[in-house]
Amino acid sequence: MARATRVFLLLLLVLLSSPSPSFSLYEDQVGLMDWHQQYIGKVKHAVFHTQKAGRKRVVVSTEENVIASLDLRRGDIFWRHVLGPNDAVDEIDIALGKYVITLSSEGSILRAWNLPDGQMVWESFLQGPKPSKSLLSVPANMKIDKDNVIFVFGKGCLHAVSSIDGEVLWKKDFADESLEVQQIIHPLGSDMIYAVGFVGLSQLDAYQINVRNGEVLKHRSAAFPGGFCGEVSLVSSDTLVALDATRSSLISISILDGEISLQQTHISNLVGDSFGMAVMLPSKLSGMLMIKINNYMVFVRVADEGKLEVAEKINDAAAVSDALALSEGQQAFGLVEHGGNKIHLTVKLVNDWNGDLLKENIGMDHQRGCVHKIFINNYIRTDRSYGFRALIVMEDHSLLLLQQGEIVWSREDGLASIIDVTASELPVEKEGVSVAKVEHNLFEWLKGHMLKLKGTLMLASPEDIIAIQGMRLKSSEKSKMTRDHNGFRKLLIVLTRAGKLFALHTGDGRVVWSVLLHSLRNSEACAYPTGLNVYQWQVPHHHAMDENPSVLVVGRCGLGSDAPGVLSFVDTYTGKELDSLFLTHSIERIIPLSFTDSREQRLHLIIDTDHHAHLYPRTPEAIGIFQHELPNIYWYLVEADNGIIRGHALKSNCILQEGDEYCFDTRDLWSIVFPSESEKILATVTRKLNEVVHTQAKVITDQDVMYKYVSKNLLFVATVAPKATGEIGSVTPEESWLVVYLIDTVTGRILYRMTHHGTQGPVHAVFSENWVVYHYFNLRAHRYEMSVVEIYDQSRADNKDVWKLVLGKHNLTSPVSSYSRPEVITKSQFYFFTHSVKAMAVTSTAKGITSKQLLIGTIGDQVLALDKRYLDPRRTINPSQSEREEGIIPLTDSLPIIPQSYVTHTLKVEGLRGIVTAPAKLESTTLVFAYGVDLFFTRIAPSRTYDLLTDDFSYALLLITIVALVAAIFVTWILSERKELQEKWR
Amino acid sequence: MASTLRSSPIPLILFLQLCFSFLSTTLAISSGSSDGYTINGRVKIESTGVKGFGLPGKTSNVKVILNGGQWVTFLRPDGYFSFHNVSAGTHLIEVAAIGYFFSPVRVDVSARNPGKIQAALTENRKGLTELVLEPLREEQYYEIREPFSIMSLVKSPMGLMMGFMVIVMFLMPKLVENMDPEEMRRAQEEMRNQGVPSLASLLPGAGRAN
Repeated sequence: MARATRVFLLLLLVLLSSPSPSFSLYEDQVGLMDWHQQYIGKVKHAVFHTQKAGRKRVVVSTEENVIASLDLRRGDIFWRHVLGPNDAVDEIDIALGKYVITLSSEGSILRAWNLPDGQMVWESFLQGPKPSKSLLSVPANMKIDKDNVIFVFGKGCLHAVSSIDGEVLWKKDFADESLEVQQIIHPLGSDMIYAVGFVGLSQLDAYQINVRNGEVLKHRSAAFPGGFCGEVSLVSSDTLVALDATRSSLISISILDGEISLQQTHISNLVGDSFGMAVMLPSKLSGMLMIKINNYMVFVRVADEGKLEVAEKINDAAAVSDALALSEGQQAFGLVEHGGNKIHLTVKLVNDWNGDLLKENIGMDHQRGCVHKIFINNYIRTDRSYGFRALIVMEDHSLLLLQQGEIVWSREDGLASIIDVTASELPVEKEGVSVAKVEHNLFEWLKGHMLKLKGTLMLASPEDIIAIQGMRLKSSEKSKMTRDHNGFRKLLIVLTRAGKLFALHTGDGRVVWSVLLHSLRNSEACAYPTGLNVYQWQVPHHHAMDENPSVLVVGRCGLGSDAPGVLSFVDTYTGKELDSLFLTHSIERIIPLSFTDSREQRLHLIIDTDHHAHLYPRTPEAIGIFQHELPNIYWYLVEADNGIIRGHALKSNCILQEGDEYCFDTRDLWSIVFPSESEKILATVTRKLNEVVHTQAKVITDQDVMYKYVSKNLLFVATVAPKATGEIGSVTPEESWLVVYLIDTVTGRILYRMTHHGTQGPVHAVFSENWVVYHYFNLRAHRYEMSVVEIYDQSRADNKDVWKLVLGKHNLTSPVSSYSRPEVITKSQFYFFTHSVKAMAVTSTAKGITSKQLLIGTIGDQVLALDKRYLDPRRTINPSQSEREEGIIPLTDSLPIIPQSYVTHTLKVEGLRGIVTAPAKLESTTLVFAYGVDLFFTRIAPSRTYDLLTDDFSYALLLITIVALVAAIFVTWILSERKELQEKWR
Repeated sequence: MASTLRSSPIPLILFLQLCFSFLSTTLAISSGSSDGYTINGRVKIESTGVKGFGLPGKTSNVKVILNGGQWVTFLRPDGYFSFHNVSAGTHLIEVAAIGYFFSPVRVDVSARNPGKIQAALTENRKGLTELVLEPLREEQYYEIREPFSIMSLVKSPMGLMMGFMVIVMFLMPKLVENMDPEEMRRAQEEMRNQGVPSLASLLPGAGRAN
């Protein structure tokens, strides 16, 4: 309902900018402009908890280090914890039917969480001498003195931990024997366990251990001269099958009463195909194991006395679940295969290959890719037969629950791992579609406004308040699929680690379309693809209006930076992949140029690792534009490992690749070498390419003018003492320092250099207009600090007078050249800041008039909006009267944290990684998108919405006022008429 | 700044048996194995229960963070937390809890005399004798909506407009009454010359009043 009254009154702006928090929200405004979505990431492990009546749930751990309990009926999150970034979850299980046990940090931290509410119950730190593989085993029926014992192998030791309080009961150190335990076997009903593992590559050891005290009862070892490759799977409580070092034969190992016997079988004898390397797939099927050979998955059954036989050979693209114990010793497992746009789910009994318990075909969106993982669970149907539900993890990291041939629920958990974001416009509203359709009839409209009026007058009943809230939230206007007048509705184009591109609507956060990029899927042409960035490729606005905008997705085939690149072009209206290119060269840097061709395609320059520049799009028109601008293109590369920043310019077409007119050779212009013994590059930041600066002049007190040094070619570099690259607490203040630089990237000139002694990283910085703000740690004060550096152009300082500027008597029209030596002055100041910072960004508006706010993602996963005026080097302890009028805040030693200026209010963006801002069409407003494991979107107005009526503006009150005024006019008119008549009669 | 030292990890059961509310013994450091120390502490949130939102002393959503994210740990039901395998040096502990503002805490783990620690709040440089972290203040994330009052209505632009109208309606006649009769006559004559005031001529006047 808000209507813009576009008045760009700077005066008004100044009037409104008081030091009070400009972002603030009433509690009933939550959800009006913001949305919040919670995700968990790609599921690694899942454990079902469905035995008891009541809430059925599944506990999962993910690649984002999240453990969560999900509602099995609807897929909602009951509770969730995001562990630290170094605290990857190794395994999870449920103990005692009420605790979730997680083993994390390579087998060193064992935690128990209360299943109903997620409260941590206990935590144990397991120590050991050396890193090793980690194993968690929670035997179901192992009781020692009424205590269930958990066995953990980690850091070279076997620990027995009480599941009630996490106390370590006993510990057996295997580090001296250098035993890598592969399996912990617990024969049913016995008082001992077997720890089986490899010593070196060719010896197998088995220890029989007393559960009560950790005493070794028996120790047997067997040598296998061929050597093992380290892959092993447990097929029954006394049989293991391992793969040998050449990956050509399987060795079945049986342990009977502690005695080991080995039996070797060649894979070629089993499969009949003697080529190819076999890989053992991790599985927990009793009596069966899986190997992968030549794109086939082979199920091998282990018969009596270690004899192996092939049960089935199926196509590679399939997923198999662990075995699930049914009653009377039967075990079942799930298998998912692909066929067309359907997936086939079969549940089989382990010991009877042909006995399918379940066979279902489920239609599957091909944008989800293939199935990566499957977890199954059973329930008893009303007719006492077994029913099965399957939880599947897809290639795009989404999580789906299948039951009775249908998808019960799905979660788009790929959105927990966003790599890059860009904002894109929605289509323009088509003619013929009436805007007024929203207000379907007058009566409804009036009723709505009466309700709102009641709300503002605090007369509304609780039901009315709910109705008002509902009305505000679903206001159909905000989720429309067309461009709006204020530019609030946009599409957020989001690239995830799975190689899937999503378009999210800014109005309500729903997924408009999603596409699994063909070029970023694992294939023979491209192994280990990784997505890098999303760029605006085509933004039609002048000509080519009839074309849809598109984005460029840049990726890499492989893990190293010298891997060949992939480009993909995606239409942002429809989500269709228009084209994809597998490049012959690598991608070191992508430079979007400021030129567009006749179809409004932006020219991009891709620099490869050999410092050749490649121009895209590869059209003659583009080359024509580019050749013209060739001498004006400069770029730089930061070699952080070598501590060198180099500036380059383009020379001519490539000599080596003749005939390729889109390839250019480059020449070195300058280089800055940081001394490797004292400085290491920690962070580099530039201005955003699309940032708009309204005016270069800044009017200060007494009508003086300062000129911002606004250059697109400035680079902020922070270096740190090499010793201080570690965590806080690893260095003393004396041996640690930070050096920050401002470097002109055309000439390589250092415009500013500053050393902060006794400080260390991590450094987070933002660069906007003529200022840089950076955050670092001060070791002496032991607090975080934020610094601001502002850079001003002195060469224009003679135009001091505002009147000269207004009358046009100035030298501002003289051409600006990047070659000229600028006379600049810098001002800086620093302040304490309470929190650690995870991400930092700055607001951006359409015209750059509105004052700026810093958006700081704090360690508590909240986003704080901090006015730039708090970071102004001109702040003094006692500002003069004129400075106060200008809006300078008295200097304080630390930056204020005002709770009302958290843009995320009571929400958390768990695992916060980045904050992206995009300007709305309305000058006062910025769109803010924060992403991590969660997503959060809102729009903020750093100087308040001076050009927009707020949502709670009461139109009814306005109407009443107008009516009252008109009535008053009539009354006074009649009164005056009457009085005049009386006067006349007198 | 003094602290107690124990070489063994905290016997947790002992804590569980003790009452949750006031428990004074909190040792902060115990020297663990050869490669590191253990920092033990406690987060104490006294739920005032005044505010409806936030978490009323619920400990399951509180995180304790060492050195800006190097390690993250959670609270046990009784509010205790521990960091294991911490090297000697000066460390920073932060508590993240929605609804509360905690000062970061600097913790010195001494290598020379193991077990000796010092802890201080970095916000106000207050030393801690034991590592019990309490929020400095509660955080209110929303503006409080002012209850409806006549003043707020009067202060709004529309209210001002109405007020002006009322003044014009009731005070102007009074002013006219107080005027000098001769001046009054002159004004009336002028008005008569202009003609009868009509609605059309009044409207812009009303507009000017806005």
